[in-house]
Amino acid sequence: MSEMKVSAAPESTGAESVGGAERTQMQMILSRFLRHRAAMISLVVLVLIALTAFIGPLFWKWGHTIHLDIPPNQPPSADHPLGTTTAGHDVLGQLMRGAQQTLKVAFTVSIMGTVIGSLWGAAAGYYGGRVDAIMMRVVDVFMIVPLLVMVSAVAGNAQAGTTWYAVAFIIGFFSWAQIARVVRGVVLSLREQEFVEAARAAGASPGWIIVRHLLPNAAGPIIVAATLLIAVAILLEAGMSFLQFGIQPPDISLGQMINDARTAAATRPWLFYPPGVLLVVICLTINFIGDGLRDALDPRQTMVRR
Amino acid sequence: MTTTDQKTTEATAPTDSDVVLEVRDLSVTFPSDDGPLPAVREVSYVLRRGETLGIVGESGSGKSVTSMAIMGLLPKNARVEGSAKVLGQEVLGLKDAQISKVRGNRIAMIFQDPLTSLNPVYTVGYQISEAVLAHRKVGKKAAMDRALELLKLVGIPHPEQRIKQYPHELSGGMRQRVVIAIAMANEPDVIIADEPTTALDVTVQAQVLEALEAARRETGAAMVLITHDLGVVAGHVDRVGVMYGGRLVETGSVEDVFYRPRMPYALGLLGSLPRLDEERHERLTPIVGTPPSLLALPKGCAFAPRCPMARDICREEEPRLLTAAGGGERRPAVPEETGVHAAACHFSEELEGMGPGDLFKGMAADAATVEEAAEAEERAAEALEEVAEDAAQESAEKAAEEGAARSGKAGEVILTVQDLVKNFPIRSKGLLKRKIGEVQAVSGISLELRERETLALVGESGCGKSTTARLMLQLIKQTAGEVSYKGQALHTLSARQMRPLRRDLQLVFQDPFASLDPRMTVSDIVAEPMRIHGRNAKEARARVRELLDLVGLSPEHGSRYPHEFSGGQRQRIGIARALALNPKVLVLDEPVSALDVSIQAGVINLLEDLQEELGLSYLFVSHDLSVVKHIADRVAVMYLGKIVETGTTDQLFGAPAHPYTQALISAIPLPDPVKERTRERIVVTGDVPSPADPPSGCRFRTRCPKFAGVLSEAERTKCVEEPPELIDRGTGHRDACHYSEARELL
Amino acid sequence: MLVYTVRRVLSSIPILILASVLTFVLIDVSGDPLSDLRMQQPPPDPSVIQLAEERLYLDRSMPERYWLWMTGIGGHGDIGLLQGKFGPSTQSTTYDIGENLMMRLGTTLRLVGAAMVFAFGLAVIAGVVSAMRQYSKLDYSLTFIGFLALAMPVFWFAGIIQQAGVGFNELAGSMVFATIGDGQFQAQGLDFWGQIGNTFKYMTLPTIVLMLTSFASWSRYQRTSMLEVLNSDYVRLARAKGLPNRVVIRRHALRTALIPLTTVVAVGVAGVIDGAILTERVFQWRGLGEFFITAVEKNDSYALMAWLLLSGTMVIVANLIADLLYGVLDPRIRYE
Repeated sequence: MSEMKVSAAPESTGAESVGGAERTQMQMILSRFLRHRAAMISLVVLVLIALTAFIGPLFWKWGHTIHLDIPPNQPPSADHPLGTTTAGHDVLGQLMRGAQQTLKVAFTVSIMGTVIGSLWGAAAGYYGGRVDAIMMRVVDVFMIVPLLVMVSAVAGNAQAGTTWYAVAFIIGFFSWAQIARVVRGVVLSLREQEFVEAARAAGASPGWIIVRHLLPNAAGPIIVAATLLIAVAILLEAGMSFLQFGIQPPDISLGQMINDARTAAATRPWLFYPPGVLLVVICLTINFIGDGLRDALDPRQTMVRR
Repeated sequence: MTTTDQKTTEATAPTDSDVVLEVRDLSVTFPSDDGPLPAVREVSYVLRRGETLGIVGESGSGKSVTSMAIMGLLPKNARVEGSAKVLGQEVLGLKDAQISKVRGNRIAMIFQDPLTSLNPVYTVGYQISEAVLAHRKVGKKAAMDRALELLKLVGIPHPEQRIKQYPHELSGGMRQRVVIAIAMANEPDVIIADEPTTALDVTVQAQVLEALEAARRETGAAMVLITHDLGVVAGHVDRVGVMYGGRLVETGSVEDVFYRPRMPYALGLLGSLPRLDEERHERLTPIVGTPPSLLALPKGCAFAPRCPMARDICREEEPRLLTAAGGGERRPAVPEETGVHAAACHFSEELEGMGPGDLFKGMAADAATVEEAAEAEERAAEALEEVAEDAAQESAEKAAEEGAARSGKAGEVILTVQDLVKNFPIRSKGLLKRKIGEVQAVSGISLELRERETLALVGESGCGKSTTARLMLQLIKQTAGEVSYKGQALHTLSARQMRPLRRDLQLVFQDPFASLDPRMTVSDIVAEPMRIHGRNAKEARARVRELLDLVGLSPEHGSRYPHEFSGGQRQRIGIARALALNPKVLVLDEPVSALDVSIQAGVINLLEDLQEELGLSYLFVSHDLSVVKHIADRVAVMYLGKIVETGTTDQLFGAPAHPYTQALISAIPLPDPVKERTRERIVVTGDVPSPADPPSGCRFRTRCPKFAGVLSEAERTKCVEEPPELIDRGTGHRDACHYSEARELL
Repeated sequence: MLVYTVRRVLSSIPILILASVLTFVLIDVSGDPLSDLRMQQPPPDPSVIQLAEERLYLDRSMPERYWLWMTGIGGHGDIGLLQGKFGPSTQSTTYDIGENLMMRLGTTLRLVGAAMVFAFGLAVIAGVVSAMRQYSKLDYSLTFIGFLALAMPVFWFAGIIQQAGVGFNELAGSMVFATIGDGQFQAQGLDFWGQIGNTFKYMTLPTIVLMLTSFASWSRYQRTSMLEVLNSDYVRLARAKGLPNRVVIRRHALRTALIPLTTVVAVGVAGVIDGAILTERVFQWRGLGEFFITAVEKNDSYALMAWLLLSGTMVIVANLIADLLYGVLDPRIRYE
């Protein structure tokens, strides 16, 4: 993110000085993030999970669909490390596919929600006054409708939840409100900063101010909010799938797996626990990474941490 | 964990029954990511019944931490060593139940910021009576009666109503008096006042200091007055302790320290202060460099890197606090001997008879050490010359182009405003944001700024001076009135039309921490105005180096980020940015009020040099009359959106005519103990009224000492009914008072 | 205060209307209430479909339908929000949406209310303890529990708790906790103590499940807010007055640190409603959750609209209460 900022900045000073200075700024952020042990461990774990989810299926002999060679209803064994379902799925195969779908949905939602939310919030904050008031009432509307209910209603009603991108699109459409609030707050306070006034005093246009001052300074909070939105999206998608309004069979998602094994927690624990634990681990790592990013990008917040 | 080391306590048990507070070898260390941070080092002092000790120092000198340690109010992770005894009782390391009995009862404290010191959800009366109830077995009714009595003592008008109000309904000065009332509640033996007036306007400061004196008289308490304001110290304390780098570096009677400083730092502080009681054209003598980082204290004397007389021993061995009284062998200072003048300097005796100017030779640069300063000085001088030549050439070319000798004439009017009005709407909170009222920030102001002159705009917070400055630069649009630059009307221009003119009109801000984008390098910041105006990168780069040189910074600093610089250095960066486009007019909005005294002087000198060399015109917005008197050619005093008096600096300070100007001048504390204690005072009462609903007629009448004390009923009616015009009393000295009368105050 | 309340109520009406437009449009374009009918094998007679369309007002344009749904003017007497009628259902001609909704509202409110009260209470305690013992083992443990809880899918946690309940019952040899059902039916005819016992039996496990997420986020929030207040000048002044630590904490720190939490709790109502649907499904309650799931499955647009409007109103009312409470707790905004 920080690199983007630099390339956006014209080469106003010597290349070597910008490069050197940027290192120190990046170094500062990086070293603060590296110091956050929970975030570092989380990052490693998340990368491993993602690699397994996306590359694992290429190497694993069983897919996520029913296969005639799979003996039904087996506890974990060498051939099926996580057991099989009554219908004849390999649970490991399902798990990898489920995690993959979950991650695809979550990242799409995060990007979509961040883009919509940032633009909306930045516009409201920048223009202020009546425009701001009306735009934020719209955000309020999105905040008062329970998210899961709304996305389930739309997805279930449309019976459109068969594919991951349909699910992602619906969740993304409803989950930008929080980010809009964050960005608006940041922009509102930045707008009053003296360095923005200094740019105006030098004759800078609104576009210049937004690109050179507002966006780089708002980047930190936006990145943090976007990260946390990933975790929200994962839980939403899982909830939808659990209610059977999300990704539909024959495709699979983690929430759907839990729903299928809902009554089997005691009798066939290999069906119930793996998808749940995986969901928890993914969300936990993302939340820790978000916390680490907050510490690294927004040092003001860490003042309390002394 | 609070740990206490009491090894030194038995050695010299005080027999002196008058001693109320005895601090011995107090050290405070905070753990930090970069290692232990020694905030206070081996501070010892003794306070006797009824006396006032002033502790002076700049930010980070450890003066506040010392008293917080005594009160037991530091965070748990602070390591406190040494001893502090209140009436012979050790208070460091006490359990909560025990220290609670001492705090508020034997020793009370007043904090800096009155706006945050009171709990917003309880009434003023409740919060005072709470202090009473904490230590006295009385009923709630009795405690409330005591609260009322205390409010009367600290001079709050209508205490019966105030007692039922919440803090947010009271002004800052009023709230600070409530805090003083809380401190007085149980007649403590010691009151510690930590920068009690720093957050307040001067006229209110005078009122609060008055209340503080009342508290002391009433309770008979001894007081520790912590402040950075040497003027406040001069007028209100018996003895002074100067702190630097976490240590007491000089102690003695207020006269000794002010008239015969024996530590170069104290001498430097006095020399770097612009003074109301001195002639204007004396150049300030700043102390070079910045206060040391507590994380990397030098091995020897903490002041050595900034000290012009530092020698090898100063960098090797940290000097102890030794007696400094004239003649004889110097010996370690004993805290009990409160009358003795002591200084922590190896060469105290050399300072005898030396003035600040003799020692600190007007070094302008903000370099880290004395040697660097000399270098930077040279570079800056060269740069100045070059730039001045360029500027001269440029203006000559321009003049030739214009085909007139217009620009050659000095003192020609360059920027004017006529009947300027700015109203800010008050909007409802609902969806529609309806306008429900107006705040008149500026109501009908006319000013003229001439070439090469400094016009100061002076007033207390909320008087509209910053708004006026922004209107003159057209950063905000006026409600009514005209602004013109070199005869061209600015108020009719669009943003696009205005852009080329912005090159000539630039702004320097108050807060050096907020005015630089934290995510840009210094080079990018300084280059930004040039980039906006379409200069190419190479050209801009060269100019940035030149500008950094010009303001006394090393061009190598360009690749760093603002947070790596001190306040003074940041302010220089801000000035470099403002100069980037070769402006003709600089608007300086409180450019030095956020800086420590020793740093402030350097920036003021820099501004004066730049003006002289580059032929700039300054509009200097400030609340600090001492600085204004030092730097300005002409002064306009503002009150509630109107100019009440204007004239040349000599006229205005020599013979102020408007009661408000007189009050302002007499409220500024002079850093001279004798003068400060003997001067005539004109005190104003109350607070500044709300600009949303200004008083009719003369806006100052609600606080005017003349209106309240001297005028007859008929005369008052005129003040109430008729707004006074700004009338020339001859020689360009104008004031807006029906009954003005010039007085000499200094 | 009264003026403020009235003004506040009035200002929430446009939001509610805006929300109703948004949801109406989305529900309307996203699904076809007659899709089940049209998919029937053998295909039904076109006249049957036409009749159904007329009954559900699908023969009119969307804006017309919204106006009709809102006012009931020109309908068959079964529609019109302002007349207290929610419209016809796809589920059957006799299915009364309003009646069914109200019946289940009590069941769900009981769960939501209990979960919020307990989550709030425990969150305040945990937040205060965490803040006062900042960076202690206890603080770190509570922080980790918070993070874990925020990462936990409600329905999965519900499954685990359900299993734990079953296991506990087996150990105890009697049914201490009911793991299925809402206990409404069992409560009939019980005396007071019987009612209490029955409520405990059926409510305990779902309440634990539902309060988890809210507890986690609120306790984090309370910790931050408490830390901020503990570092404030007025807490320092309270200590300097000589008040003992516990008085400072209770009277000065906690009292003010609670103020911002009210807003957070109010905004959190939406999340609790989400959680309630999932929890009810696991514990097989016949509450609003089941009503909602059925409505979605049957493409019952008017039932869905009624449901969404009800939940939206609940959130708005919660925010209203929070706002008024804020005014009571914080004198600074009392007079605005």
